[in-house]
Amino acid sequence: MSWFIARRLLSLAVTLLLATVVIFAVLEIVPGDPARLMLGINATDDAVATLREQLGLNQPVLMRYLSWIAGMFQGDLGHSFTYGSPVAELIGERIVVSLPLALMALAISTAIAIPVGIYAASRRGSATDTAIMAVTQFGIAVPNFWFALLLVYFFAIFLRWVPAGGFAGWDEGIASGFRSLLLPAVALALPQAAILSRVARSAIIEVLGEDFIRTARAKGLTRRAALWRHALRNALIPVVTIMGLQFAFLLAGTIIIENVFYLPGLGRLVYQAITQHDLPVVQGTVLFLVGFVVVTNFLVDITYAWIDPRLRRRGR
Amino acid sequence: MTDPVMPHMEVGLAPETSLASRLLASRSFATGAIITAVIVAMALVSFGWTPYDVTKIVIADRLKSPSLSHWFGTDHFGRDIFSMIMVGARNSIAVALVAVGIGLAAGVPLGAWAAARRGLVDDALMRFNDLVFAFPSILSAVMITAIFGPGAVNAIIAIGIFNIPVFARVTRGAALSLWPREYVLAARVSGKGAARITVEHILPNIANLLIVQATIQFSLGILAEAGLSYLGLGAQPPMPSWGRMLFEAQTMMAIGPHMAIFPGLAIIVTVLGLNLMGDGLRDALDPRLRGKG
Amino acid sequence: MALLEVDGLNLSIRGRHILKDVGFAIERGKVTGVVGESGSGKSLTALSIMQLLPHRSDLSGSIRFDGFDIAAASEREMCALRGDDIGMVFQEPMTALNPLKTVGEQVMEGIRLHTGATRKEARERAEAILEHVGLPPSQYALTRFPHELSGGQRQRVVIAMACALRPKLLIADEPTTALDVVVQARILDLLNMLVDENDMALMLISHDLGVVSDMADDIVIMRGGEIVEAGPAIPVLKNRTHPYTRQLAEASTHVPARDPDWRPADGEGKAVVSVSNLVCEYPGRRTGMFTREPPFRAVDDVSFDIGAGEIAGLVGESGCGKSTLGRSLLGLMQPSSGRIEFDGRDVTHPDSETRSEMVEFVQAVFQDPFASFNPRHKAGRLVAEPLFLRRELSAATKRDMALEALENVGMHASDLDKYAHEFSGGQRQRLAIARAVVNQPRLIIADEPVSALDVSIRAQVVDLIVELRERLDLAWLFISHDLSVVRSLCDTVMVMRSGRIVERGSAQQIHDNPREEYTRQLVAAAPDLEAVIARLGDEG
Repeated sequence: MSWFIARRLLSLAVTLLLATVVIFAVLEIVPGDPARLMLGINATDDAVATLREQLGLNQPVLMRYLSWIAGMFQGDLGHSFTYGSPVAELIGERIVVSLPLALMALAISTAIAIPVGIYAASRRGSATDTAIMAVTQFGIAVPNFWFALLLVYFFAIFLRWVPAGGFAGWDEGIASGFRSLLLPAVALALPQAAILSRVARSAIIEVLGEDFIRTARAKGLTRRAALWRHALRNALIPVVTIMGLQFAFLLAGTIIIENVFYLPGLGRLVYQAITQHDLPVVQGTVLFLVGFVVVTNFLVDITYAWIDPRLRRRGR
Repeated sequence: MTDPVMPHMEVGLAPETSLASRLLASRSFATGAIITAVIVAMALVSFGWTPYDVTKIVIADRLKSPSLSHWFGTDHFGRDIFSMIMVGARNSIAVALVAVGIGLAAGVPLGAWAAARRGLVDDALMRFNDLVFAFPSILSAVMITAIFGPGAVNAIIAIGIFNIPVFARVTRGAALSLWPREYVLAARVSGKGAARITVEHILPNIANLLIVQATIQFSLGILAEAGLSYLGLGAQPPMPSWGRMLFEAQTMMAIGPHMAIFPGLAIIVTVLGLNLMGDGLRDALDPRLRGKG
Repeated sequence: MALLEVDGLNLSIRGRHILKDVGFAIERGKVTGVVGESGSGKSLTALSIMQLLPHRSDLSGSIRFDGFDIAAASEREMCALRGDDIGMVFQEPMTALNPLKTVGEQVMEGIRLHTGATRKEARERAEAILEHVGLPPSQYALTRFPHELSGGQRQRVVIAMACALRPKLLIADEPTTALDVVVQARILDLLNMLVDENDMALMLISHDLGVVSDMADDIVIMRGGEIVEAGPAIPVLKNRTHPYTRQLAEASTHVPARDPDWRPADGEGKAVVSVSNLVCEYPGRRTGMFTREPPFRAVDDVSFDIGAGEIAGLVGESGCGKSTLGRSLLGLMQPSSGRIEFDGRDVTHPDSETRSEMVEFVQAVFQDPFASFNPRHKAGRLVAEPLFLRRELSAATKRDMALEALENVGMHASDLDKYAHEFSGGQRQRLAIARAVVNQPRLIIADEPVSALDVSIRAQVVDLIVELRERLDLAWLFISHDLSVVRSLCDTVMVMRSGRIVERGSAQQIHDNPREEYTRQLVAAAPDLEAVIARLGDEG
């Protein structure tokens, strides 16, 4: 088990290291001089040169990469060109919006999808199953930001139940914070729930066809008991895989949804930073999100090993 | 060991002849194919004819609700939304299609190579895949288009890059399962090399799987393109695109909700059509999955 | 009254008529063998009794178990019956257990379900029954997971689960087919013991008349969803009045006809293949970033010759290295050390030129006739594949040679343009042999070529192998786990165990007079229909 975790951790570290190289390299080949972009078209060459010096842009590439990495280990991701504040601080301010949003969306999606998947699988081929599958087929096709627009129209403009957008901050009270995040979370969650319920359903149906289910039935278990006691846990692996992918997708997906709801989250931060060529912020946030994905994958792998005793012994 | 009793199953390897008949019998494939055909036809017709000129601004006609003269209504510049959707279809289809092409062209050879060579090549490819999958695709697509400039071409590249590891992984997995097959062993005993075996025995037998994956990536590409255009990073005005139409509709939600409804429906219908087609294909190709949805 | 009475059973699945008017009876405490080839409906008969048929099955007829009408029973009544009064054991022990639950949990589950025992009581009973089936908890803890047990041990667990509550009837569907012959013999002994002790009836389903004949009191023979013959074992086996029964028995004990005057063209004794001190290794499993377990020696210092025109058998249990040895001779795997010579020429590490000459020398036939052909190619192209390197040949010549090869295996010109899926299993194996002989090699390595075939087809393929040896002057290396086929077909036999050849001799000597203890075990464990029939004859 510990060997399994160690190997996963090592692979995690390697992926992260490669990711820093990629992120740095991509932003290195960005057309345009960040100093000039910051100061505007009318700035004098002298001013630009001074700023370049200040930002350390005149150092060799390798040096800049190494100092970026070195800073990272001290929690220093550099300073934003546009906001002037430390990138780490900006991420810290924004993650308190994006992370609860993604978690809420994941919770909603899972809470809907798993029961629906189990229900449909246990009544496979019935009219209900067919109807559920048709709805999910439709759900997969819905772009979440369009769904968000409809939600805003109906609940915020038409019914006036919730705010149409914006986020007052957690200081205003937990309840009001959650109210602001509710619609965006639902908009993110429902299309994901459609996917997850289909995955859950087909995973369960797949397992129900396994020999050991027949063995369980030959022991005298009812169809239902065989499903609950033998099929569900075996069907978890594909479900957990998709949940892991979805969490990463949801966190990154906030980049669009936060624009719809004018939420001051990580997605909006990175989007603005990209359009304003605020390189330190882009580097920092992208790396942060990549780190999140990689850690999520690691947790998913650990979950596999928890589910399946066969994986505890060996690597893969 | 040996098992003379159980019937053998040729998963994904069913011969062409029965495939056509199975496809015709598949309701979801038929529905999906018809929907896709209609959308593609709309896009093609838009090159020669649209009900209204999509670039012409008619302030007098602004924000009209759907009517007989404007089926889907007009936007805040008085442009006909139905015409814009027709032209937008071109853009969506072109971007998604070329992005799938990029994925196929680069991913399939990579995956097939890794499966044939194993060892270091394979390890390197898997590491590369892990790395690409670590970047949330939307975020990276936004980054690429924002940095290299918004526009359809960069949107294609941004989406296409993320199709490469997908196809590489599917190809590699399927090819790895075929290499130990006895007909591949027989080909090796006949003196055939890895490249020849890949072309003759491996690729034709995983083509089915790749087609299914291509439909899936196609529909994901439509969604991704819509997202990018919504953020203003896709096709640039005056060329209409579905995502941008939704962006423009956002500020008009209170007075002209139809501006948001129809482009959204266009996206849904297209993606639905492609997904249905993909499901139908998959079921027809893999007898094991029949009825599993 | 019999324990189980099946009468007028008809079954259709998705409109396909599978069982036709099946009727038989199983007596209390007796072993009833149900024998049939693939597609005979024997497994579905068992599932009908259990009421565990696949979706969209349409079953009619009567099944009375101990006076209880199963066909009319509710699902709830069936759940009470299954695992309590009727237990069932399946073919594939590797997949029959839930991989995520411990063995103990799985055995206890049925006990608790039917008796309402507490966890503690159930554990005690589970320990007792596992001990009884040969898995003492002191050695095989209840907390083990299925993947920590071998195939034979898993089958014991499944048997323990089925017999934990002393059912009146145990249905065993090919319980030993997936197991090695020595393990098979032990599992059959275990079943016999349980029958005797518990006065339990056993319905033993098998494709192998040999397995059944040794144990069964009654025999039911099925074909194509119908009962061909049913009755007490001794008269059925001894008289073999029904033509199909006779055909099955003959096919099971078939010895191919040999031409006593045939001699290889090169004369006897000249070696086509000469292997010396061959070692083949697989890299060990990774244990750390840079460390591995020591490599696994699949073939360990093996030396032998195969003479011109010789049919050499290579037998051993699964995992003994026999397939690896075959593959290294085919150039599909690089040996770690040792030497392989074809006709005196070193081909151990062939360069590309030697490799292309090897194609002309050695060809292969594999086990699975369904996976042996690219499903997208027609027979003509499939059979001509070994001619690929011979660029001097025109397409027409290649087609003619393919046709000749097809005719050599008893197929016809009309078969050239068919796809592999249009042929039956037996025809496909002929097709595989046609492909192997198309470029007239000197040696064919056949890896379990008849193991996936029904006995009657097996007999035909065995005949074909001898016939081709004589007509084409071929030597064969016949790799098999099945000692009885090897004995009837091969001139010489090598017995392999853990990568080594432990004994080599003529087929007759290996069978009648084995020198090594291991060979003796293998011979003793192999089901022997001939011996049973001979014994019945003596009895009289």
